[in-house]
Amino acid sequence: MATTAVAAPKHENYLNKQYGITSWLFTTDHKRIALLYLVTITFFFFIGGFFALLIRLELLTPEGDLVLADTYNKLFTMHGQVMVFFFLIPAVPAVLGNFLIPIMIGAKDLAFPRINLLSWYLLVIGGLLMIYTILAGGVDTGWTFYTPLSTHFLDTHVITAALAIFVAGFSSILTGLNFIVTIHKMRAPGMTWSRLPLFVWANYATAIIQVLGTPVLAITLMLVALERIFNLGIFNAQLGGDPLLFQHLFWFYSHPAVYIMILPGMGVVSEIVACFSRKRVFGYRAMALAVIAIAVLGFLVWAHHMFVAGMSLYAGLAFSLLSYFVAIPSAVKVFNWTATMYKGSISYSTPMLYAFGFIGLFTMGGLTGLFLACLGIDVHVTDTYFVVAHFHYIMVGGMVMAYLGGMHFWWPKISGRMYPESWGKLAALIIFIGFNLTFFPQFVLGYLGMPRRYWQYSPEFQVLNVLSTAGATILAVGYLLPMVYFLWSMRYGKPAPANPWGAAGLEWTVSSPPTTFNFDETPVVTTEAYNYDELPEVPVER
Amino acid sequence: MCFAIFTLIVIFAVRYQKRAGREATPIEGSTAVEIAWTTIPFGIFLFIFAWGAYIYFLERTPPKDSSDVYTVAKQWMWKFQHLEGHREINELHVPVGRDIRMIMTSQDVIHSFYVPAFRVKQDVLPGRYTVAWFHATKPGTYHLFCAEYCGTNHSGMIGDVVVMEPAQYQAWLSGGGAMGSLAQTGEGIFQSLGCSTCHRMDTQGRGPNLLGIFGKPVLLEDGRTVAADENYIRESIVNPQAKVVSGFKPIMPTFQGIVSEEQVNALVAYVKSLSQPPAGPAVTPVFNQPTGSKTETRGKGK
Repeated sequence: MATTAVAAPKHENYLNKQYGITSWLFTTDHKRIALLYLVTITFFFFIGGFFALLIRLELLTPEGDLVLADTYNKLFTMHGQVMVFFFLIPAVPAVLGNFLIPIMIGAKDLAFPRINLLSWYLLVIGGLLMIYTILAGGVDTGWTFYTPLSTHFLDTHVITAALAIFVAGFSSILTGLNFIVTIHKMRAPGMTWSRLPLFVWANYATAIIQVLGTPVLAITLMLVALERIFNLGIFNAQLGGDPLLFQHLFWFYSHPAVYIMILPGMGVVSEIVACFSRKRVFGYRAMALAVIAIAVLGFLVWAHHMFVAGMSLYAGLAFSLLSYFVAIPSAVKVFNWTATMYKGSISYSTPMLYAFGFIGLFTMGGLTGLFLACLGIDVHVTDTYFVVAHFHYIMVGGMVMAYLGGMHFWWPKISGRMYPESWGKLAALIIFIGFNLTFFPQFVLGYLGMPRRYWQYSPEFQVLNVLSTAGATILAVGYLLPMVYFLWSMRYGKPAPANPWGAAGLEWTVSSPPTTFNFDETPVVTTEAYNYDELPEVPVER
Repeated sequence: MCFAIFTLIVIFAVRYQKRAGREATPIEGSTAVEIAWTTIPFGIFLFIFAWGAYIYFLERTPPKDSSDVYTVAKQWMWKFQHLEGHREINELHVPVGRDIRMIMTSQDVIHSFYVPAFRVKQDVLPGRYTVAWFHATKPGTYHLFCAEYCGTNHSGMIGDVVVMEPAQYQAWLSGGGAMGSLAQTGEGIFQSLGCSTCHRMDTQGRGPNLLGIFGKPVLLEDGRTVAADENYIRESIVNPQAKVVSGFKPIMPTFQGIVSEEQVNALVAYVKSLSQPPAGPAVTPVFNQPTGSKTETRGKGK
């Protein structure tokens, strides 16, 4: 390619400026910290994925035959805990957000570089505690820690697991805090709020939830630990406590946590769709407002997880109605992405394939969310595989697709190398097929009445479970591929030009990979975020 | 809606594929279109909400003349107590065409009573009663699952709901196994624990007279008024100091740990029986046409 010459392979950048292990472990460069996060969460992704695979293998037959019941309970518990707290929540903000937000707003680094490093260390400490929990024999509370099961009836490593998540939670809080201050105070001249890329908006909304919601999780987990140690009775009905109080506290964080996981993904998709449609994002203002609306309304819907929990009828009505409110901004985002493609000039590059996948799967996940928010239907399908399928469509179908899309989109910027495009497309296709084969049958299973967290099940559910397990093996291959070719491309990939996609955004004006301080001199922003009609097209390699 | 979006995405993806000589048309947005696709879904959502809420309201409101089955969930089994005195484990026999109300509590962790075929699910909590009801319309054997993760053998906490024709059900009832009705069992416990020394059938007792109180409002010592429902009677047995009746001293000891959950159920059934007209014990079968839509497939949605 003619553009190859643009990237002089030998220019000094954040990667080759210093070598050696201490230059990484004590770095305060947001880009290096992003890579530390990348390695950490990839590690946990494969641990969580391994648990998932064992779960699916156990469910191949109706009898519980591969592992013991207790082992199975530990597998789904630790799958959930590892994936949610050590992969999904840090994934886009801590890796892509960390790397990109300062560059996107024209800053040299985050507002608090050392706190940024501290957040990574907290995640690592939490992660080590989690690994200790796993190696010491595991925990079988379910990722939801429901009381009084978790407080009075289990003798597994509940406290260390809670502590692991407690510590990792502070990593999330500090990252959020850092982002909020950075986005408020460190925007380059001319980078007004209405010129911010939607990726930054999405991470801003996410950061608000992280800062406001996560402390409640920390309190709740601490209460679980105290209840276990001192038998306080807060959640114990025999001592006058209320087990439902735990569920309220837990979901007060854990429902907004769903938006911590999905909002940054929405930001990624906005960038990708605009770039590969060569168009402005349709309705920029509505898109920015929508992420804020989701973040705010997301705090008001937690009890829709509890329609059959024994809550009052009227609480159920209120939370159902509020859940429909939060569906509106989500729907608006889907409409706007679709409309962005209208009369665009669309190329099917790998990131765009992931964005297509995201929109499709997120829409499926969102629309099945309407079923769950509907009181009459929820009673039947809650706590069944329908719910499992629903949130995997959001978190894996939505979030992981967006994360991988973002990784492909910005990989040239991060590594300075191009990944092999045809392998990229193949992997995207495999993941899409594998994902649907894994999780679509679970909607049917749930509708037919198969409860979740079942080690053994009624034989009539077997066919759909076999399909799901088959899909999971395909999905596993799909996830291994990018890992392999990303690593391969770091050595053998073509050097990436500064702007391989012809994309808008400050991150594409700096070299690939960027220098340590991103910009030689502070940029001055004069245009809106998606001025694709003013940008020259770059021929995208097919 | 799903299909509309997917169709549009595919159409746009093909129609506006990158081609030489054609550039993207810059479009910033359209206020009219955006208002339309914000308000129209909002209207649809409100409609779905109202529909779902209506069904939920029916689901959560047991009909007046339903037959009660007391249920105790524990790791990892379901125990049922019929008013007629029959007790079952992991199997529940009910007649077709009658409204059945499950009055449920757990003696350990949270469980969930789930009969997929009846579209009924309700968590079962320790320390209080939760209620579910259904109206089976077709004889047969249906799955009963525990739907809330409850520890090691959660997936083994399953059973069968056997729906029988009324005649068969009567035969099953008279098949024995019952030692007097649940209320009679409760009366026995009431006597043997000495409850009757204070809760006398006149106004001279140190505790309130329980005759006819069930379902009535009760004025408390602190001025509040509560309804004397199953949960109130239950709480008054295991935690008597919580809501003391006006005019009485908080002298009743707790029976928590002294009576089992099944015995509490029997006591509650006994207290309830004190408020029923003497001629008609609660076991009179009421056969009516399906009123709820319990076994109909509902919630197809869009």
